[in-house]
Amino acid sequence: MNFDPRYSGRSFSSVGTRPLRPDGVDKVTGRARYGADFNMAGQLVGRVLRSPHAHAIIKKIDTSKAEKLAGVKAVITAKDLPDLTDGDAGMFDTLDNCMARKKALYDGHAVAAVAAIDARTARQALKLIEVDYEVLPHVTDVDEAMQHHAPLINDAIFTEGLEEKPVKPSNVSKRTQYGHGDVHQGFAQADFVVERSFKTEQTHQGYIEPHACVASVNPDGTADLWVCTQGHFVYRQHCAQLLGLEVSKLRVTSSEIGGGFGGKTHVWAEPVALALSRKAGRPVKLVMTRDEVFRASGPTSATSIDVKIGARKDGTITAAEATLRYTCGPYAGMWAEIGAMTAFACYKLENVKTVGYEVLVNRPKTAAYRAPSAPMAAFAVESAVDELAKEIGIDPVEFRIKNAAQEGTRASYGPVYGPIGIGPTLEAVKEHPHMRAPLAQNQGRGMACGFWFNFGGQTCTDLNIGMDGTVSLAVGTVDVGGSRASLSLVAAEELGIDYSQVKAIVADTSSLGYNDMTDGSRGTFSSSMATISAARNAIKVLRERAAQMWDISVDDVAWEKGHAVAKGEKHGNLGKLSLKEIAAQSGKTGGPIAGHSELVADGAGVSFATHICDVEVDPETGSTRVIRYTVVQDAGKAVHPTYVEGQYQGGAAQGIGWALNEEYIYGKDGRLQNPGFLDYRIPVCSDLPMIDTQILEIPNPNHPYGVRGVGETSIVPPLAAIANAVSNAVGVRMSHIPMSPPRILAALEAEREG
Amino acid sequence: MVQVTLWGSLSAAAGGKDKLDIEAKDIRELFRKLAEQHPAFEPLLDRGIAVAIDGTIYRDTWSKELPPGAEIFLLPRLAGG
Repeated sequence: MNFDPRYSGRSFSSVGTRPLRPDGVDKVTGRARYGADFNMAGQLVGRVLRSPHAHAIIKKIDTSKAEKLAGVKAVITAKDLPDLTDGDAGMFDTLDNCMARKKALYDGHAVAAVAAIDARTARQALKLIEVDYEVLPHVTDVDEAMQHHAPLINDAIFTEGLEEKPVKPSNVSKRTQYGHGDVHQGFAQADFVVERSFKTEQTHQGYIEPHACVASVNPDGTADLWVCTQGHFVYRQHCAQLLGLEVSKLRVTSSEIGGGFGGKTHVWAEPVALALSRKAGRPVKLVMTRDEVFRASGPTSATSIDVKIGARKDGTITAAEATLRYTCGPYAGMWAEIGAMTAFACYKLENVKTVGYEVLVNRPKTAAYRAPSAPMAAFAVESAVDELAKEIGIDPVEFRIKNAAQEGTRASYGPVYGPIGIGPTLEAVKEHPHMRAPLAQNQGRGMACGFWFNFGGQTCTDLNIGMDGTVSLAVGTVDVGGSRASLSLVAAEELGIDYSQVKAIVADTSSLGYNDMTDGSRGTFSSSMATISAARNAIKVLRERAAQMWDISVDDVAWEKGHAVAKGEKHGNLGKLSLKEIAAQSGKTGGPIAGHSELVADGAGVSFATHICDVEVDPETGSTRVIRYTVVQDAGKAVHPTYVEGQYQGGAAQGIGWALNEEYIYGKDGRLQNPGFLDYRIPVCSDLPMIDTQILEIPNPNHPYGVRGVGETSIVPPLAAIANAVSNAVGVRMSHIPMSPPRILAALEAEREG
Repeated sequence: MVQVTLWGSLSAAAGGKDKLDIEAKDIRELFRKLAEQHPAFEPLLDRGIAVAIDGTIYRDTWSKELPPGAEIFLLPRLAGG
């Protein structure tokens, strides 16, 4: 990588300002095109038949009646998606999840699909498909699935990570362990020890836009896919592999995205739409219903976590330990492992141990959800930290400050930290007026910390300068949170021009080199690095063109505030040349002016946040209302502060829903009971207070502007902050998320009964 | 020569050792020698391993140099949302 990513400490003209978002008007007027807004001539309607059983052998599928129905153009089963994964276990799981092969593994698992001339015909065709199931016992609860007598979901799963390979298969796909020091010795030094078990229920990302795509496979082996995704290049790779297509012959265009939060990092319906199109010889549009999104896309894990923390009288934590059990759906995952890595990452600990268990259950395949796995671990740990502070008799903020990780601390997941922001967020919370706001009867205050890694990845960007001096910026990271505005600010900053001169777009997979998807809070971090690099390459060309126009050496041309400047006394009579003037002459000085960049944007800085929350709990109904909420988070450098604040507020809002209401509810039959927004209640505007934000800027040393990712960390502290607030309001430690009214009433009743 | 610390489940691939001394100038050479010296690492490398160098995590920059005396930590390649 011929690019120096180190932080330079420069001052800014454009970065840090708050211009209007370029996609705003289209979105509020309905002109913006989302996944389902795209249509192709002659397209068919795709529909998927899903298993009504949580666990069943598929003995036979008879599609003959459906195929004979007038208007049906294709019917597919797993036979039409043969295994081309060449031993790649992860991709095979993805394939099996897209279309069940031998067994249906959860309520909603796809077993067949049709393409027909209209939705009515497609629905009729689904009813004509006969599936012969042998229903098997199922398990949906994380703790029950670990029992030796639990129904076995996959007899090829033998727990990894044990000293010896087990002799019997089980529902535990992997055990992982992190930590350092000696926790037994640490607990022996403790004057106070808190030990408690916690549970969190499964939640969905709750993006407003369902999965949607239009697929068109041509007889010559070329194909197009228009899709709502967080990563169209990754979707291209996966679909090409699963369908046996050549990567460069599959062109994937990403639509606007109505939310993803990790749930659109994974293919679900897209390979099915491509297979239908290939069989029918016509384009196929496939749009999931909300019911399908809940039953058959990728929610987060349900968890069961034990935490034990010990401290001396002076408030020093001497040992910390956690066992974390996370559901993965019916396929192996690494969700508990991430929980084990993040659980104690906020703290400076001499003795720490975390153990994670990945647990298979008959629920949909778990997918990432905004800082995946970290919120549940933080809920358990931060609840225990609060309880321990109370037992010692120390203020919970002071307790955390005393034990906070800092530069040079060995993280609980292994490496030693560089410059980090947990201490400053805690100090800011300590001084925040929110901490001194009065509380009334039945109200309580809680606070909590959170950590997320952030990461970068492969990134490719093109910057083209038009002959009128305007700039088009083509990026390959999908804009999920305002990155087009942020990246336009970065291009304007580097080139020294006004933000209004830059127009950023998300290019399709045939127009730009490969980009990893927008996940891990990497969109602005990575693509801003590539944009800086592309702009600097364009400036080299601009200087060369100015040198030609002046007929002087390029070594004598500098670039200052959007202008070429001739250096040295011998060029004293030459006036500056603006970018616009140089662009206007580009046809006569060598052709178009552009800058390109391809790089791996590694070195994303870790991120910390601390949240404060006030709640009021109605002791008669158990209903909780959040009355005040504050987010303090380190952004490294906020490129567009309004968008950064939006990320902070969005994470808090999602966390509030998760903490208080949202949960997958399964019946005894293993079927999801609440696959819709009426029964699975996400917070709406009227449920939320104004969420106050405070941006801290502790520069990331591995980015020229100091940028860190900001998208995910904001969902890590809310479960714990709200649980601490509710516990303080009702005087009972809440240990089960969501803290829905029935659960709060049950906790109060249990407390009364002793 | 750099000393590499392995996270929990990786140490099984190194015969139970949690630290390895390896002569490597960059991540590419480190991975190559890990696979040569401990073949059980190969499938893990295929699955994805990240390298923390003095606390900064690198996932794909295989040309990243390993400074003498740096703390090198191998971690699983993470998913994000």
